[in-house]
Amino acid sequence: MSKSVDANADDFITVQIGGQLFGIPILEVHDVFRLERMTRVPLSRPDIAGVLNLRGRIATTIDCRARLGIPPRAEGAAPLAVGVEHGNELYGLLIDSVGEVLSLSADSFEPNPVNLDPRWQKISKGIYRLEGKLLVVLDMTALLDIAKRDAA
Amino acid sequence: MDDLMTEFLTETAESLTVVDAELVKLERDPNNADVLSKIFRLVHTIKGTCGFIGLPRLESVAHASENMLGKFRDGVLQVTPEAVTLIFQSLDRIKEILGGIERTEAEPQGDDSDLIARLTKAAAGNLSEEPASEPHASADEETPQDLPLVEHLAAQEASPLAPPVQANAQPRANDPQGVESSVASQSIRVNVDVIENLMVMVSELVLTRNQLLEMVRHKDDSEFKVPLQRLSNVTGELQEGVVKTRMQPIGNAWAKLPRIVRDLANELGKKIDLQMHGAETELDRQVLELIKDPLTHMIRNSADHGLETTAERKAVGKPETGIISLRAFHEGGHIIIEIADDGRGLPTDKIKAKALANGIVTQADLALMSEAQIHRFVFHAGLSTATKVTNVSGRGVGMDVVRSNIELIGGSVDLKSKQGAGSTFTIKIPLTLAIVSALIVGVQGMRFAIPQICVVELVRVAAGTEAQIERINQTPVLRLRNRLLPLVHLSEVLKVQGPPDAAVPSEAFIVVAQAAGRSFGMIVDSVFDTGEIVVKPVSPLIKDVAMFSGNTILGDGSVIMILDPIGVSSAVSSETTARSGSEDWRAGRVTAEKPRAQAQLIFRAGSPEPKSVPLALITRLEMVDAPRIEQSNGRFVLQYRGALLPLVVFDDGGAIKTEGRQAVLVFTDEDRNVGLAVDEIIDIVEEELNVELSAAKGGVLGSAVIRGKVTEIVDVSYYVSEVFRSWFAPAKSESSGGVSERRRVLVVNDSIFFSALIVPLISAAGYEVTEAPNADAALKLKEEGVSFDLILSDIERPGVGGNVMAEMVRNDPSWASTPVIGLVQKIDGATRGSRNPFDALVEKYDRDGLMATIRDRIESKERAA
Repeated sequence: MSKSVDANADDFITVQIGGQLFGIPILEVHDVFRLERMTRVPLSRPDIAGVLNLRGRIATTIDCRARLGIPPRAEGAAPLAVGVEHGNELYGLLIDSVGEVLSLSADSFEPNPVNLDPRWQKISKGIYRLEGKLLVVLDMTALLDIAKRDAA
Repeated sequence: MDDLMTEFLTETAESLTVVDAELVKLERDPNNADVLSKIFRLVHTIKGTCGFIGLPRLESVAHASENMLGKFRDGVLQVTPEAVTLIFQSLDRIKEILGGIERTEAEPQGDDSDLIARLTKAAAGNLSEEPASEPHASADEETPQDLPLVEHLAAQEASPLAPPVQANAQPRANDPQGVESSVASQSIRVNVDVIENLMVMVSELVLTRNQLLEMVRHKDDSEFKVPLQRLSNVTGELQEGVVKTRMQPIGNAWAKLPRIVRDLANELGKKIDLQMHGAETELDRQVLELIKDPLTHMIRNSADHGLETTAERKAVGKPETGIISLRAFHEGGHIIIEIADDGRGLPTDKIKAKALANGIVTQADLALMSEAQIHRFVFHAGLSTATKVTNVSGRGVGMDVVRSNIELIGGSVDLKSKQGAGSTFTIKIPLTLAIVSALIVGVQGMRFAIPQICVVELVRVAAGTEAQIERINQTPVLRLRNRLLPLVHLSEVLKVQGPPDAAVPSEAFIVVAQAAGRSFGMIVDSVFDTGEIVVKPVSPLIKDVAMFSGNTILGDGSVIMILDPIGVSSAVSSETTARSGSEDWRAGRVTAEKPRAQAQLIFRAGSPEPKSVPLALITRLEMVDAPRIEQSNGRFVLQYRGALLPLVVFDDGGAIKTEGRQAVLVFTDEDRNVGLAVDEIIDIVEEELNVELSAAKGGVLGSAVIRGKVTEIVDVSYYVSEVFRSWFAPAKSESSGGVSERRRVLVVNDSIFFSALIVPLISAAGYEVTEAPNADAALKLKEEGVSFDLILSDIERPGVGGNVMAEMVRNDPSWASTPVIGLVQKIDGATRGSRNPFDALVEKYDRDGLMATIRDRIESKERAA
């Protein structure tokens, strides 16, 4: 594997969900957008926030708070969403706010602590120790392949 | 030239071009397995197709080439330029023959034995002897170590083989290149992906157009109006055009069927005539692909299960040759495909038994179902009625897969079947999957699309309109043209109810829909409009929600979910069939028994469904301490009033409690008591019953809806007789034997239930009872000179009819004086007022009334005598 790919793989967009810093691999991110019109999907899993029109394509939106077991956000400003593409499908991840792009070195990476909430364990690839805070790396495959995860 | 041949020529010409190129590659890189297998595959395909459409000359050449290529592939033969040249020659020969076919539509005459012999020889030769067999190979291309062998070969084979090759040289030079032209160039083969992409783009364009139209609609004098109209038209035409490129005649999916049927006919020893109509009907290739397998399966099913064997057909007077007919036609934006056979029809009883055995349905549900509904169980998973698994079908996977495959593409499948006359399966599928017309409805402020394919009509209900939603035990129904239509609140099905205190909307709409062979109505708050929507598949994350078949983007840019009518329909059935049944059930039972009111004891035993028995049959209800129940000889008994009370439990999982108190229904027969252990006594109700009789399951007389719940009517006689067989049978004959001078009563009745309960009652009162199952049997007794003191006859049931029999009794001198009591379900104004030949009428389950009447009539007869 070449050096440049390595560097890219370690680039993350940081987002805040319920006060926690998360990192989403930048290669997976399509865009970040403000949620305006979303359609709720009746009977779907509670962590499916709905479906929306993202430039002519339909994106399924996942409420990351519900997924992580964090209480819902207070009513107010339209939430932000990160658009990611996974398996030819478009998804939106509801987040509280978006931060910066970080290039992180593998030195500060370590696996999930064993005492992490199982819900978090499942969708976290591991933790980066940053200065003064910790960054949880979101595992897109685990986050989006709900069916597979449940079957396993 | 027919389509098949045109296509074959086009396809083969293309394949050959590829093979040409690949062969050159192979020559340069003899060890490239990928290239080799590609060539092999292509030649194999050509050979296969030739065989299929009957081109023997081509086939044999291709076959020989394939053999040789096979040797390459297996490593037996080394790829040498000579060998490749030989293959090239055979390819040229193939092209030459193809050219002939294109000119004359038939294989040109010619002898390929020389070429084939060389190919075979080359293929047969092992490496040491003959790596390359090409006599014309130029020596300068040879690698040194090959040289001696080639020389040897050339010396051996040059003379017989050279002339034909030379003879062919002339046409070869002209033809192969020239021939590819005419037919092959009239049509082009486009990668499916390209067309799929085009379709997606057009779909987006349609969407954008809709958005623009939506914007301009609200502005009366927009300068965009005219150009937009033009854009709209062009878009429409473009959409049509692209859809057309995806269209293929359905005959393509049928092409293999005649062969399959022929083979099946041989295998099964049947004579089958497959008739196909409408093969030219076009549909989307995506749909076509998806429909192929289900179709094949259904044809196999018809051949295997549907049609009888030749002998069976002869026996029932049908022509020996069974007919399977396949018909396709367009109908309102859909393709209808019918697969009909003139075979034996579906075996209703077997399906019933199987559905019960597999727990798909309860006896009670079954009793309420029409034959058509029962037939539809063949679409249910795990129900194959073939008792023996044949090579062809009957493995228990089948029609359910067919159904789900068809429903997957938004289609539906239904069947009609008549015992002895055959079955017809009807598949209805959309022309294309990408764009459907849909009705947009509103529920609790959310919008949903309902595919028009399943919408039958719209009904508006509001204060003052004729149509009103009525309720039966909270279940909404609608009177629609003298039928009751089961309704569902879409908001309930989708669980999107508003706040509970919200005002009930003043008007609502009912979308009358048909799906999965069932009519039902969906109650929605509002109906917006209809339109073409571009169906997009739902994300895997929400795929498991059965209520939606897809989603779409509307003209205003918002995303809405597309309802899956089949999903909704299953919600309807699970919520309402038990209570209200479906339409055809109701239509089918117009003449069913009249309602009758009688006190019923409702209880629960074994299964969770309520059961009931007529209260009149029960002597006593007892609650006993469970520990008092003892076992004797493997049976449960209870010391009861100085005697042993045998206890029976229900077949379907009833049990005797080991602690606490056990409820026991005590039935009296003659001087003996029988206790029926039940789990819980629920209620006593006096209600009109619509008992649907069914005899398929012991211990259950049928089922009826009592207080909104399907309740099994227990056949007490079943349990009582079970006990008597084992406990009392010897005693019974003894007790009825000895007494003389007993009054003789004839009971004309065909119900075991009734007999088992009433007959003991009468005989317990000191009468000698003779039973006749029907009026004819009774009249036969009369002719035999048997006389009775009284006749008890069920009016509604047996043989020539109770009324007629009573008349005949009246008119016969020997029996004229015998009083005849008519048993009716219920005495009401009509029965009381009507003229009848009976001395008295008694309600069937009024046992005190019955006993009193019998006593009274016999006494008055004797007084008169």
